[in-house]
Amino acid sequence: MEDNRYNLNKELAQMLKGGVIMDVTTPEQAKIAEEAGACAVMALERIPADIRAASGVARMSDPKMIRGIQAAVSIPVMAKVRIGHFVEAQILEALEIDYVDESEVLSPADDTHHIDKSKFKVPFVCGARDLGEALRRIQEGAAMIRTKGEPGTGDIIQAVRHMRKINADMRRVQTLLADELYEAAKNLAVPYELLKYVHEHGKLPVVNFAAGGIATPADAALMMQLGAEGVFVGSGIFKSGNPAKRANAIVKAVTNYQDAEMLAALSEDLGEAMVGINESEIELLMSERGK
Amino acid sequence: MIIGVLAVQGAFIEHRNMLDMLGVNSMEIRNKMDLSKSFDGIILPGGESTVMGKLLCDLDMIDDIRQYISKGMPVFGTCAGMILLAKTIVNSPMKHLGTMDISVVRNAYGRQLGSFNAVASFHGEGEKQIPMPFIRAPYIESVGEDVNVLSRINGRIVAAQQGRQLVTSFHPELTKDPLVHRHFLKLVKDYLQ
Repeated sequence: MEDNRYNLNKELAQMLKGGVIMDVTTPEQAKIAEEAGACAVMALERIPADIRAASGVARMSDPKMIRGIQAAVSIPVMAKVRIGHFVEAQILEALEIDYVDESEVLSPADDTHHIDKSKFKVPFVCGARDLGEALRRIQEGAAMIRTKGEPGTGDIIQAVRHMRKINADMRRVQTLLADELYEAAKNLAVPYELLKYVHEHGKLPVVNFAAGGIATPADAALMMQLGAEGVFVGSGIFKSGNPAKRANAIVKAVTNYQDAEMLAALSEDLGEAMVGINESEIELLMSERGK
Repeated sequence: MIIGVLAVQGAFIEHRNMLDMLGVNSMEIRNKMDLSKSFDGIILPGGESTVMGKLLCDLDMIDDIRQYISKGMPVFGTCAGMILLAKTIVNSPMKHLGTMDISVVRNAYGRQLGSFNAVASFHGEGEKQIPMPFIRAPYIESVGEDVNVLSRINGRIVAAQQGRQLVTSFHPELTKDPLVHRHFLKLVKDYLQ
């Protein structure tokens, strides 16, 4: 892959910053999301909460459904492939998707290897629970990172844990002496060059969003205050009582995440939030997929 | 001199970093309150124009910004920022600030696979060639009489100026070349005098 293309792909993620990427399953939902202020949509056949409820193997969505959503909106359209399933990714590239999410929400196709994302022209976003995972995905060619959260639960606890962990790991790396980075790279199982970047800049070399369990404006603002550069909202919107209103409130909460008075106004009268499941009640931990 | 950078969504930090590098102070404009603070020029960054346009309306900021521009305050729009300023968006019924006499085409080069880097002259500042990243970029299809065309790529207009309104389809803030920002700061100096 030409270096040029990778930079352009990282730069598209920069344009998404301060925005909300919403899961949608139909062109109608995609329009609601766009009108509510989504900066991109994630096209998938079933939202994570339903994937979790249905169990069985979850795969890439029907290309026809993805094309329908591409035709319905003018904002970027993303779609998910199974971890390691590079042919699903080739198909999405043929659809000219704007971003591929190599996602633990779907059933993994490979329990050892992720997709060699450097072979593709389209950009990839991948989940990470700590700095090691984030840098390994970037080395494979990911142009954007998100926390793994625990999709489809409406429980924010894992997104918080993973965001704090990534940030704590980076602070630790920054305190190291230059000659200690080699050993640290070995222990984290990451390339030295990427670790050196973190040491020098105190941040990942790509944009980092929060994902998993975000259901309210307060959840979104919490992730932003913890250092997320934007948020993905999956089941939280279209599993709630009033999707358009909730979506719009979350968009504004991400813009003004430090303004408690505005957050209070935005949180009023949103109707029922998704019921959700607590982390301790779930049997399948999707974030354990692909390390 | 202080530049207000619209910070409701998108790549606003990149503009602030560029201004930092040039030794110019900047502030973020996130809500209506911020618009009552003191600043001498406005930057509308890259991002999603539908999102920014909607937030400008919902957060009751659009009339205030339009008023600043009509009073002559310099404004610089990159990519989505250019769409916000355009009088006409050819392939959309929407219009946002609509203060600049240009017709733009959104996502004119297609989806992300159509994004590209180019090198061309920015005629606001001589003939020097500068790097120009285009990310799901728009271009200008036509301009009004008192609009100066400043750059073209393959015949398409990608930078223009009308009075103290400056727009680019590309993202100079993603490069290390401060030429376009320097040009904008000259407009601000001119305005302050």
